[in-house]
Amino acid sequence: MSATAVHSLWTTAGGVTSAAPGDRFTAPTIEYAQLAPVLIVVGVAVLGVLVEAFVPRRARYTTQVFLTVVALAAAFAAVVGLAADGYATKNAHIAAMGAVAVDGPALFLQGTVLLVSMVAVFTFAERRLDPASHGNRVDSFAAQAGSVPGSDSEKAAVRAGFTTTEVFPLVLFSVAGMLVFPAANDLLTLFVALEVFSLPLYLLCAIARRKRLMSQESAVKYFLLGSFSSAFLLFGIALLYGYAGTVSYAGIADVVDGTVQQIDPALADTMGNDALLLIGGAMILMGLLFKVGAVPFHMWTPDVYQGAPTPVTGFMAAATKVAAFGALLRLLYVVLPGLTWDLRPVMYGVAVVTMLGGAVVAITQTDIKRLLAYSSIAHAGFILAGVIAASPDGVSSVLFYLGVYSFVTVGAFAVVTLVRDAGGEATHLSKWAGLGRRSPLTAAVFAVFLLSFAGIPLTSGFSGKFAVFKAAADGGAAGLVVVGVISSAIAAFFYIRVIVLMFFSEPRADGPTVAVPSPLTMTTIAVGVAVTLVLGLAPQYFLDLAGQAGVFVR
Amino acid sequence: MSFPLLTATAVLPAVGAIATAAVPAARRAAAKWLALALSLATLVLAGIVFARFEPGGDRYQLTESHAWIKDFGVRYELGVDGIGVALLALTALLIPFVILAGWHDADPAPGARLDSSGGGPEKTSPYHWRPTQGFFALILMVEAMVILSFVATDVFLFYILFEAMLIPMYFLIGGFGDRAHAGSDENAAAQRSYAAVKFLLYNLAGGLIMLAAVIGLYVVAGSFSLSEIAAARADGSLDMGTGTERWLFLGFFFAFAVKAPLWPLHTWLPNAMGEATTPVAVLITAVVDKVGTFAMLRFCLQLFPEASKWATPVILVLALISIVYGALLAVGQRDIKRLIAYASISHFGFIVLGIFAMTSQGQSGATLYMVNHGISTAALMLVAGFLITRRGSRLIADYGGVQKVAPVLAGTFLVGGLATLSLPGLAPFVSEFLVLVGTFSAYPAAGVIATVGIVLAALYVLVLYQRTMTGPVRQEVGGMPDLRVRELAVALPLIALLIFLGVFPKPLTEVVNPAVQHTMHDVQKKDPQPEVEAAK
Repeated sequence: MSATAVHSLWTTAGGVTSAAPGDRFTAPTIEYAQLAPVLIVVGVAVLGVLVEAFVPRRARYTTQVFLTVVALAAAFAAVVGLAADGYATKNAHIAAMGAVAVDGPALFLQGTVLLVSMVAVFTFAERRLDPASHGNRVDSFAAQAGSVPGSDSEKAAVRAGFTTTEVFPLVLFSVAGMLVFPAANDLLTLFVALEVFSLPLYLLCAIARRKRLMSQESAVKYFLLGSFSSAFLLFGIALLYGYAGTVSYAGIADVVDGTVQQIDPALADTMGNDALLLIGGAMILMGLLFKVGAVPFHMWTPDVYQGAPTPVTGFMAAATKVAAFGALLRLLYVVLPGLTWDLRPVMYGVAVVTMLGGAVVAITQTDIKRLLAYSSIAHAGFILAGVIAASPDGVSSVLFYLGVYSFVTVGAFAVVTLVRDAGGEATHLSKWAGLGRRSPLTAAVFAVFLLSFAGIPLTSGFSGKFAVFKAAADGGAAGLVVVGVISSAIAAFFYIRVIVLMFFSEPRADGPTVAVPSPLTMTTIAVGVAVTLVLGLAPQYFLDLAGQAGVFVR
Repeated sequence: MSFPLLTATAVLPAVGAIATAAVPAARRAAAKWLALALSLATLVLAGIVFARFEPGGDRYQLTESHAWIKDFGVRYELGVDGIGVALLALTALLIPFVILAGWHDADPAPGARLDSSGGGPEKTSPYHWRPTQGFFALILMVEAMVILSFVATDVFLFYILFEAMLIPMYFLIGGFGDRAHAGSDENAAAQRSYAAVKFLLYNLAGGLIMLAAVIGLYVVAGSFSLSEIAAARADGSLDMGTGTERWLFLGFFFAFAVKAPLWPLHTWLPNAMGEATTPVAVLITAVVDKVGTFAMLRFCLQLFPEASKWATPVILVLALISIVYGALLAVGQRDIKRLIAYASISHFGFIVLGIFAMTSQGQSGATLYMVNHGISTAALMLVAGFLITRRGSRLIADYGGVQKVAPVLAGTFLVGGLATLSLPGLAPFVSEFLVLVGTFSAYPAAGVIATVGIVLAALYVLVLYQRTMTGPVRQEVGGMPDLRVRELAVALPLIALLIFLGVFPKPLTEVVNPAVQHTMHDVQKKDPQPEVEAAK
């Protein structure tokens, strides 16, 4: 690759090839106000690191929780402000020299990520569920992440009442990456955002207070497979660059459309070579499909969901999926619309095996977290059905589904944190037998979430599923709708099985108890239930919102 | 804007359900009386609907229409036609009897383990397990949803209710089993949850296939409103295409055939009715299943008239198989409740036969059949429930000579049984006769085969009566008390109604016939069949 080509990587905006080397270097213009949501979150995350360094240990927890919640709220306010200024519709444009898009889908998904992260952070901050150790209230995270499980240093850390308040800045960094991910408008920004949100997640997965070996194992698996998929993504980016001579979405799209005939001399051999485009596009898709947990890139999901601390699982399951689907949508709709017909059979196949695979394998699960993991795979398949629709309706239905799904997920995992026995959370399904008799309210709330996952009418899951299937049927993918309906029926079986277990089975004598949480987790669960019911009964306002947000800027 | 009477009729039991569920744990009796009072109030509202319905007026009356989910093209549209009003009245009528008959079914069992099950936080929690409140709340919830589904004229709204009513039904079946169970408690619980899951999965699968068809309908027609789609069909602006129409029809029909239930999709019904308490069994077969046959009339025939005619031969064969197969299996049953369940399958065969014979007598007969079958099955099943509660067994072989010790019980049981076998003078006779006449005029062979069902009905009802009620008094039956006041209050009005509608069916036929004419008009519009001439 010549120096010109490398140089053009950084200076090309909107597909315009820049001047020769030796040209004056011009400072980039950055629209700080439009990037405010990301900047706020990153800024407070850095502040959080400083807090770890300078604030006395006793005050750290309170400071961190306060800062995190304020940051997320402020960022959400910024998103709302941008939307109110019309950046979601008529003022949508590309900011930061073509690196980031500020448009409807980006703002909608950023708002969703921020709200979901906020309720998820409440479960991170929960300190009433685990019995206090040595007189200190503890959360779900290890006393000291670096100490070997069972070692003397860990015991010492527990005795000293250490807590890992670093989780809060880590979450914020991750959220920042997730905010950029669906808004990324060139492939390098996409990759950087991916790493920014993934690395903190690998860490967070490893630091469960209980069952730490499992937690660390899950983190290693996630990290290895995640790096693997990052490598694919990166390689795909390289190939696409070879094809188009640019990494910006609009630039690639122009070359795909054939509107740009100009050939970069340095890339004369490769530019416009369809093999590069197809292989590169497929590799990038693989990287993204890994993050959404679509079959056959789903292998990490059950292990990681099971091993990670449950608050992290909830956060990851909800927010990652939102961000990754956002990126997937933008890639397919902005960069590769010309490839719709080439990619469609592949995506079609992936959607079918994801829906069926997730639903079928979930039937045999005996652990509630693994069950929810496979259910999340099946849901990824449903969302893919909307992605494939390739229409504005498809986009808005996916946006809506993501909003619906993320709140149900966070709520459901929050309930999982409540059901505990002496060994911590009692995640084995047999222990949930008769829960409905011991704690009808908890069981009823969980049943609402399960019914929503199953897509029973009058819950948000139904509205979402209906929107997605309608878009898919409109887009000519009637076959997907039929598969979707069949896998919904299969999926209903295992959701219902849990309800049967909770309500119709006799409670076990050594069964778990339901811990009474602090208002934090209660808020998370209450928000989850409220969103589930409101979007089930009166989804119109939010459908409108998603409908208005359904147009990508290019 | 006028008073939303239909909404009120549906909302009242829903509000009642919430109020009943909120009654404190210790005040079980209050919950029961509250539920009964609210179901009676609903009956009053239903009576007003029935009275205000003008048989000669518009097709849909008391209509309400509000925007709901604009993006899905969904409106909250209600309206009642003659068929709907008859079934609405039936539902509102039966629920107080169901509640009254189930008065003690959800009381904590003597020596219940509920309170001793563990030292968990439920002792301090205000939300502990309240089965009695839950039982009656769920019944009222089902009533609300069924009533609304009878008056919904928006396909999507109907679909939502069709699916949502599964949830309370599922809890009623799975959560409140019949105490008269042969096996151990654990065995009973396992069978009960098996029945509940089977019920749910069958119906959910049907419902989801219908969902695919509902989405397909929207894609094709661009609307969910029954009247809009019918109007578009009539003026020719909507042409679904033969192939599409048939697929969509099959999607809808499959769901309704599971619910109805039609052979070979019927196998959930005997399990569900056998394991559920008798009032819940009545709720399933007399009320909830009617939504299936009602929906065939309202949605299959109206939305897909051509496809309905195309599918008629196959459906008639399935209906005939249901009639004969259900009756044959009923003859062979050893369990009283399963016997009645199979008898119901046979009767649903008659209803479907009448609907798809595509004659006005057939469809009027089918609609009347729905109402009469509801009343007669309720009478037979609830009295059977009283009998089963006394002896603690569902097996026919455990009874004998009951009529000597409990003559009133035996007498009411006999009347319920005679109604089931369609004895002239009792209500079901009128409807069965109409269905057979209507079928015979269009498909003579089908009429002849269906008659076999009547003969078999006589066999299973009379043999059941003979084995349980006559003969020497069995020892265990010896001290059996006769019907109590509460039980008489259930049995006698139902019997009175059976007799009244048997000799004077006019109030019902008057409202049903014009509605059937509308449906006939829909179906025959494009392709007049010779049998119409015969029917007139």
